[in-house]
Amino acid sequence: MAGDEPQPDGALQRPELSPWQQPDSAGIVEAKFFTFAHPPEAMPLDCGATLGPITLAYETYGRLDERRQNAVLICHALSGDAHVAGYHSPEDRKPGWWDAMVGPGKAFDTDRYFVVCSNCIGGCKGSTGPTSIDPATGKRYGRSFPVVTTADMVRAQRRLLDHLGIERVLSVTGGSLGGMQVLEWAIDYPDRVVSAIPLATTARLTAQGIAFNVVGRQAILNDPNYRNGDYYDAEPPNQGLAVARMLGHITYLSDASMHEKFGRELRNREDYSYEFDVDFQVESYLQYQGRAFTERFDANSYLYMTRAMDYFDLASRHGSLAAAFSGVTARVLIIAFTSDWLYPPYQAKEIVKALQANGAHCAYYEIPSDYGHDAFLLEKERLTRAIADFLDLTYRRVAGEEIP
Amino acid sequence: MARPTRDRLRPDLAEIAALIEPGARVLDLGCGEGALMDYLERTRGVTSRGIEIKPERIVDCVARGLACCQGDIDEGLQDYGEGSFDYVVLSQTLHLVSRPGLVVQEMLRVGRRGIVSIPNFGYWRIRLGLLLTGRVPRAGCFRDAWYTTPTGHVMTLRDFRGFCAENGIAIDQERVVTSGRALSRGLACAFPNVFAQLGVYVLSRRPASGAQPPHTGA
Repeated sequence: MAGDEPQPDGALQRPELSPWQQPDSAGIVEAKFFTFAHPPEAMPLDCGATLGPITLAYETYGRLDERRQNAVLICHALSGDAHVAGYHSPEDRKPGWWDAMVGPGKAFDTDRYFVVCSNCIGGCKGSTGPTSIDPATGKRYGRSFPVVTTADMVRAQRRLLDHLGIERVLSVTGGSLGGMQVLEWAIDYPDRVVSAIPLATTARLTAQGIAFNVVGRQAILNDPNYRNGDYYDAEPPNQGLAVARMLGHITYLSDASMHEKFGRELRNREDYSYEFDVDFQVESYLQYQGRAFTERFDANSYLYMTRAMDYFDLASRHGSLAAAFSGVTARVLIIAFTSDWLYPPYQAKEIVKALQANGAHCAYYEIPSDYGHDAFLLEKERLTRAIADFLDLTYRRVAGEEIP
Repeated sequence: MARPTRDRLRPDLAEIAALIEPGARVLDLGCGEGALMDYLERTRGVTSRGIEIKPERIVDCVARGLACCQGDIDEGLQDYGEGSFDYVVLSQTLHLVSRPGLVVQEMLRVGRRGIVSIPNFGYWRIRLGLLLTGRVPRAGCFRDAWYTTPTGHVMTLRDFRGFCAENGIAIDQERVVTSGRALSRGLACAFPNVFAQLGVYVLSRRPASGAQPPHTGA
């Protein structure tokens, strides 16, 4: 049995090399694009509208094996994108959003698995969304973009898998909004999913979750620059988007992690300003995060992605949660985090209960962590221990190998 | 990560495994790192589910490909419907839970049969130790000092039989384990409450009429 102490993070690191050259880095990767659903074959959406043509921006890592059995689909969360791991160029300073988990020798070992991640429809990182040009008008969709659901996002991903020639994925995984998509996958396409690893997620967004989304959207909608979503040729509603992001950030942390990270530390000063300048470290952090977000995210996309989360409720769509999971054949590893108060463990346990009611093969792991909701991005060692073995066994089973 | 070895089962687990027929559906409460589940799945074609309270043990179970969920059996087994399993197993854990009566009732709600293994506080060495030293003996399953042990309840095999009689629970089989060996004859079988260190019981719900259910064979 391996010890509980984490492996030293830098064990494989070679200081003389750049980050993208490290042996465990996915290296230089590039975005790819797939366009489908050209009218008249536009894709029907849950809202009743159709959408097409649809472009998905996606990235892949590793190689699809000959029997096409080693594909892992990763679904991103609210502010994520297709860029999971590695770097876009040698000058790129930041790796993909789950670089800790995806790369050679990592939990999602790209020497072994073929990892695919696509930007959701409604997003703003290359997939069709409110910032895209509406072919009907020649102008950006803006608010005329139809409201999409998590099921719509998954429908579009299915088309991408068809395009890539992947009949069944070895595993589908993701946290938060990504975890919702994982559940949709296991329910809507049981014959295409061997295993599922939903992280830090829920079977329905609670009133508390909707409430935070409402306030974030109100900040955007009430920004004078919002102009009913038609702001692409003018100053965008950055103040509103920044406030939405700041609020979001609070919900991703925990009391303990905020205390640990900031406490009541003051920012570059000895005493209070007795003004409304930035006094506290936490104040500075949130403002920085809010501002930085406006440089990489679109306000309309924020509205659409949060709305998709609001509408996520498996029980109401299928009659009951047990009914929702009745056709699930995937082996499921559900992971929750003790300090996650946005998607608390009790919500993961509701999923467990519904899967158990159907006799599904399901494991539930509640990781002790102070990182709050963000833990699914940060608890590298614990996640790696559980996921690497789970995937390994799943792969061996699919490949018909003897399990030691 | 190195795989846990599975070639040697704890004696009471081996005894429990021998009581379960191939292909059965088994729920293992407090399944630890999944040794029993792993053994049953590999050798008996059993479908197993487990519940374990310690997160690090869940990881071990996942590494063995087992369907084990983190949970507290003291909170009941409400995730499982009536009669979902052929056997619900509770090995050397009954004395640690806070409401043993509720746990056994829940076992027999979700399972056709329950199998429990319990350490016998009536074992002669424990009796003798208490008599001679005047202190609670620290032997077998009662290794820890009274102030560090998680043990919440101590009972003898006779106590357990009494509990079953009072609660409408039929004991279909009793097996005894002493010095790490399951015994089928000798003093421990003749006088288990004195000479057995562990008792393994197969339980079922006694029909409401009060009639004894027929004993199933070995």
